[in-house]
Amino acid sequence: MRLDELTRRDFPILERVVNGHPLIYFDSGASSQKPRAVLEAMNRYYERSHANVHRSIHTLGEEATELYEVARDAMQRFIGAPSREEVVFTRGTTDGLGLIAETIGRTLGKGDEIVVTELEHHSNLIPWQLIAKDRGAVLKAIPVRDDGQLDLAALDRLLTARTRVVAFAHVSNVLGTITLAKEIIAKARAVNALTVVDGAQAAPHMRLDMSALGCDFYVLSAHKMLGPTGIGVMYGRRAVLDRLEPGRGGSEMIKEVWIDHAQWNDLPWRFEPGTPPIAEAVGLTAAIEYLEKLGMDRVAEHERALTRQAMEGLSRIPGVTVYGPPVGIDRGAVVSFAIEGLHPHDVAALLDAEGIAVRAGHHCAMPLMRRLGVVGTTRATFSVFNSPDEVSRLLTAVAGLRSAL
Amino acid sequence: MSGATPAANSLYSDVIRDRWRRPRHRGDLPGATAVAEDVNPLCGDRVRMMLTIAPEGQISDARFVGDSCAICTASADVVADLVAGRTRSEAAALEVGDVLAVLQAEIRPTRMRCATLPLSVLAQALDGKARA
Repeated sequence: MRLDELTRRDFPILERVVNGHPLIYFDSGASSQKPRAVLEAMNRYYERSHANVHRSIHTLGEEATELYEVARDAMQRFIGAPSREEVVFTRGTTDGLGLIAETIGRTLGKGDEIVVTELEHHSNLIPWQLIAKDRGAVLKAIPVRDDGQLDLAALDRLLTARTRVVAFAHVSNVLGTITLAKEIIAKARAVNALTVVDGAQAAPHMRLDMSALGCDFYVLSAHKMLGPTGIGVMYGRRAVLDRLEPGRGGSEMIKEVWIDHAQWNDLPWRFEPGTPPIAEAVGLTAAIEYLEKLGMDRVAEHERALTRQAMEGLSRIPGVTVYGPPVGIDRGAVVSFAIEGLHPHDVAALLDAEGIAVRAGHHCAMPLMRRLGVVGTTRATFSVFNSPDEVSRLLTAVAGLRSAL
Repeated sequence: MSGATPAANSLYSDVIRDRWRRPRHRGDLPGATAVAEDVNPLCGDRVRMMLTIAPEGQISDARFVGDSCAICTASADVVADLVAGRTRSEAAALEVGDVLAVLQAEIRPTRMRCATLPLSVLAQALDGKARA
C-alpha cells in the first residue's frame, strides 16, 4: 500500500473542500498538516494532565513533567543524538537559531568570521547579521552553483583561522538541495569552527543521525514534521554546550540565584528558560511516533517519488522553469518553479482557485532569489499524505495556467 | 478574455487582466522630477514610480517599472493614470478606494498589499524623502 493510502484518513483537514475542490495541500514545507494522533494527544494532555513542569509537587505536575521529558527522549531517538542532555526544546527553528547565534555570539570578537550560505532562509542569516554587527564580526557566504549545490571549492577559500562559525541549511527550502553537510562539517572542523545546521526542511523527510553527522548544533521545528506549532529543538553537542554560557536567562535554567549572580542548571534545562511549550511537546511525541511507525526511509522514498513526478512533469510543460538540482540528483520534497509570463503570486492564487495550496514568493530567501535572478518562485512541497494523483492534478492545472491571465 | 479559466475570471477582473497584459504607463520616464521605489516585504515585489512635476505642482507624466504580480502591476498602472494631469496635492489625496474602484475587483486581504504598494510608493515620491 502506498504511504498516502495508509495515512490519508489520519489527517482530518484533508476532508476540506476549498473553492469547490477537494483540498490538495502542497505547502508542508511551510507548515505540515497534523494527524489525528497529534491533535488527540494534545487534547488529552490538556483535559487530564496539564500543570507546569519541573517544580510542581503534585500529581498533575508530575504527569506533565513526565510527558514533557518523554518528548525529549523521543526526539533524542528521532535525531540520533548521543544523549538526552543534548536535546534542548525551543519555540521553533527561528528561535533555536537565534538562541545559538546569541549564545555563540557572546564569545565572538572583532574580526572573527561567520560563514553562512547564499541559499539560507532569513532565519539562518539575520541572527548572524545582528551578531556580526554587534561583535564587529565578518559575515561571508558560500555561493550557490548553477546546479543548486553549494560551491565547496569556494568554501575552502572562505575558511580561515578566524572562522568561528559555519551555519548552513541541511535542505534548501527553495531548491530542495540536500547540502553536502558532512563535507562542510569536516572542513569547518579543520579550522576549529562551530557548525550550525538548519534542519527545518530535512527533519520531516529523512532519517537523521547526529552522531554520524557530527555537527555542533542542529535545529528543527515540530510544525513542519506533522507536529504542533510553537515548539522546536536545538540539538547541541555536549562538549560545546558544556562550555557555553546560557544565551538567555529566566526560571528553569538556574540552580541557585543571588541578586548579583546565579548558578546554572544542568543540561539541557540550562538552555530552557521559562515555562516550556508542554502540550506542544506532547504533540511532538505523537508526531515522532507517527513518523517512526511509518518509517523515515519509507517516508523519504514516498516523497522522493512525488518530487520526481512533479519535476519531470513540470519540466515537460512549455514555458515552465524548474529550479534546483536536476532530475536524478536526490533532493528534499521541494519543487520550485516559474511559469513564463506569470507572477508567482498569481500562479498561487490561480492554483488556490482549484483547491491546490502552494507557496509563492521569496520564501524568506531573498539573497537566493537574487542569485536566481527572480523576485520569487512558486513552490510545491510534499508530505506523507500526498498522492501521485494530486501531483497529476497540479501538473494539469499548471499546464492550463499560461493563458489564464 | 478568451484564455481565462473560470477560476481566473472570479479572481481577477477584466481591468486587472487587461492592465497586466498591456499596461499603459509601464516604462522609464527620463527627466522625472520625483522618483520613489519600494518593496512589498511579503512577496519581494518591487515598484518604482516616476513623476514629472512642473514647478507649479502639476503632474504632467507618470510612469512605473517593477517586478510585480498582476494586481500590483494593474494597480500601479491605474495610479499612474489617476495622477497624470493632477496637482501634487490632488495626487497625494488619492486613496485605496479610488484605485480599487477602477480595478473593479474584490481584493482579498492577503493580496491587499499588492494593490496598495503603488499608492505608498506614490506617496513617497510626492514626499520627496524616498530613496530614488
